[in-house]
Amino acid sequence: MTQASSSRAGQKGDVLLQIRGLRIEGESDEKWHEIVKGLDLTLHRGEVLGLIGESGAGKSTLGLAAMGYARPGCRISAGSIMFDGKDLAKLDEAEKRQLWGKRLAYVAQSAAASFNPAHRLIDQYSETPIWHGVMNGSEAKRNAVDLYRRLRLPNPETIGNRYPHQVSGGQLQRAMTAMSMSCRPDLIIFDEPTTALDVTTQIEVLAAIKDVVHQFNTAAIYITHDLAVVAQMADRIMVLRYGELVEEAPTRKMLSQPEQAYTKSLWAVRSLQKAEEAGPDLLLRVNSVDASYGGAVKVLENVNVFVPRGRTVAVVGESGSGKSTLARVITGLLPPQTGDIVFDGRALPPSFKSRPRDLLRRLQMIYQMPDTALNPRRRVHDIIGRALEHHLGLKGAAKDKRTIELLEMVELDQRFLDRLPSEVSGGQKQRICIARALAANPELIICDEVTSALDQIVAEGILKLLLRLQKELRVSYLYITHDLATVKAIADEIVIMHRGRVVRSGPKTQVLTPPFDSYTDLLLSSVPEMDPDWLDGVLTRRSKPAAMAPANA
Amino acid sequence: MNDATTASAEHQPVIVRRTLWSTAKRELRRAPLSAWFGLIVIAIYIFAAVFAPLIAPYSETEMIGMRNEPSSLHALLGTDQLGRDFLSRLIYAARNTLGIAILTTALSFTIGAVLGLLSAVLGGWIDQLLGRSVDVLMAIPQLIFAMVLLAVVGTSLPNLVLIIAVLDSTRVYRVTRAVAMNVVVLDFVEAAKLQGEKLGWIMLREVLPNILPPLVAEFGLRFCFVFLTISSLSFFGLGIQPPTADWGSMVKENATLIISGNIAPLIPAAAIALLTVAVNFVVDWFLHKTSGLKG
Repeated sequence: MTQASSSRAGQKGDVLLQIRGLRIEGESDEKWHEIVKGLDLTLHRGEVLGLIGESGAGKSTLGLAAMGYARPGCRISAGSIMFDGKDLAKLDEAEKRQLWGKRLAYVAQSAAASFNPAHRLIDQYSETPIWHGVMNGSEAKRNAVDLYRRLRLPNPETIGNRYPHQVSGGQLQRAMTAMSMSCRPDLIIFDEPTTALDVTTQIEVLAAIKDVVHQFNTAAIYITHDLAVVAQMADRIMVLRYGELVEEAPTRKMLSQPEQAYTKSLWAVRSLQKAEEAGPDLLLRVNSVDASYGGAVKVLENVNVFVPRGRTVAVVGESGSGKSTLARVITGLLPPQTGDIVFDGRALPPSFKSRPRDLLRRLQMIYQMPDTALNPRRRVHDIIGRALEHHLGLKGAAKDKRTIELLEMVELDQRFLDRLPSEVSGGQKQRICIARALAANPELIICDEVTSALDQIVAEGILKLLLRLQKELRVSYLYITHDLATVKAIADEIVIMHRGRVVRSGPKTQVLTPPFDSYTDLLLSSVPEMDPDWLDGVLTRRSKPAAMAPANA
Repeated sequence: MNDATTASAEHQPVIVRRTLWSTAKRELRRAPLSAWFGLIVIAIYIFAAVFAPLIAPYSETEMIGMRNEPSSLHALLGTDQLGRDFLSRLIYAARNTLGIAILTTALSFTIGAVLGLLSAVLGGWIDQLLGRSVDVLMAIPQLIFAMVLLAVVGTSLPNLVLIIAVLDSTRVYRVTRAVAMNVVVLDFVEAAKLQGEKLGWIMLREVLPNILPPLVAEFGLRFCFVFLTISSLSFFGLGIQPPTADWGSMVKENATLIISGNIAPLIPAAAIALLTVAVNFVVDWFLHKTSGLKG
């Protein structure tokens, strides 16, 4: 108790954490190589530091190291981590365990995977403060309710009695934030806490975290790859790449005048824009389709979607809006209950099993997770070659030649032919998926969130590739996404879906121009912007809906 | 056709193909001591089985002396209850026991893996039908069931192999179905379906390679179990029939000698134990490698 209260005596602005010359090594193939290469970091009490960078930049490793923790297979090889006068790099496990949870807390990316599904939320909340002897059981429960209320969880008195699967993803992430604050730690590490959430949910979680961090004057390290998010949360931003510091500056300065070329390229990604074009004729018509997964609950209700030839239609919506189900209906994996789908003037058989091979060829699909979309045991030339052999009947030299051509089309080369999917990066995997789809000479490609598992710079490369291929091959895309920046970059027409219905559709500029219906307004206003005042602005506007008009620029 | 092959040959040189052999060599260099021990023991057993006629001093059935002679230069491990050379019979038994065990395990894996894959890929009523049939077979204790069936159809070698293979394939079916279930839901299987691939391709090319590691590990374990089942059936007189030598029946035939302090019946038992341990060492190593566990 005394230790906890004395730690709180520190003033805002005192140095809380000081990392000097930190080097972390990871082991693979029985060799050690550096993941973090001599980083310095200073964090003051009550300050929020944003860490951004692509995957593999070492930001999560650095975040964990700030707690004195190295993942299995990693080791801290040099440097010091001074936390409030103690060097975490030199403390033994038992001493660190006294600090973890009590003075240093961690919020992981996937709350769903981090909660124990067999225990109630409030019991998991109470575990840490009771173990550390900070509170007894009933104190901890009162405290939990208080924090649940501060984090704006619905029914704060009773929500703790639920099990993790009984609350939504956004609520779970807030419950986890509450849990990390149970002992009023001095420092919390947030590791991409909103990456897995929809924009409309993300905004609530961001607001709650920002609020509570300020109320308790907690210092935080906020790790993300989303610049707009970090702009809302952080006082100061560090840009990392290959385990080294690229640039460090206060948020406003970093956003307005980035100095390094790499930082500028990160900033530029969001500005990709495609000029909208009207299509010549319709390739695909989805006519008043209803669909459900066996039960009575309709996942799609009276959905109409039209895809012009050689153009891109973006289907936008949060998770559960039925946008992936729409893809399953079009590909024939889930035959619709009513309604029909017309492809190039002829009705598509409802199930893929009854579609002739040529029809399967003309309609291809690219998946969200390239890791699971490629068979990990087959080499690249087998994966692409099989599609060529199967759809076009190519064999031997012609097949090999075309495989290399396809790889070059997606900006890879023949060195990739003999690789396994595990031997290429995430962005390259997605390019191989695209090459496999192109192997069939398709007319329509359904892209299901193809960039959402990728870093921004890699995602931008994929989007540019898709645009170029469309221009060259006149292929149509049905592009499913929840990210509006992507929509602006790639779409000619937009379909906005909510709870299985199309709420708004039409050419891009028309859909994105007011007046909006209420859902479109909620969706569009929830997309984070690079302006550091954006979050506060949106929240003020939402709290007084009367003043919705031209309040904020 | 000829043109095609030469042209493709021009393309090939740029491709660096890793051979199975180089991968195997690398893995072997890193193998732990226990795995090496297992591999060497298995190699010795296989050598003995293949070259039995060359290394065994006498034939399997030849009577070379008195009954139950102690060990001598004439017969290194003595003679059995009929005066046959014990060492020669031990070596020939490796041939019979190992050969039958490998055949049986291979057969049970073919049946079990194919049905398991069918269940996982097709699902629906086929899955239910196969699953319930297997449940029925598994409800009866395996050894007793095998003995009953052998008593009904008669103890011949083909019957023995078939009955054990079918009974054992139920276990293989369950393992295959369980691991394949996790693979068939992945996107690449869906992609193959949408490409219009046939059932056989999806089962054997898309799913099977991804469940191979647990299946190979299971093969090692099942091999030991089959081996023990045959030995125990032989011990009860229902397995491999005399005069063919096999370790299980050798234990049984000489069991009474143990009272007079003769260690002869323990030697075939030790042969079984040693092979079981060796196979399990190799399986452990393989499991460890493929499960990605470190440290």
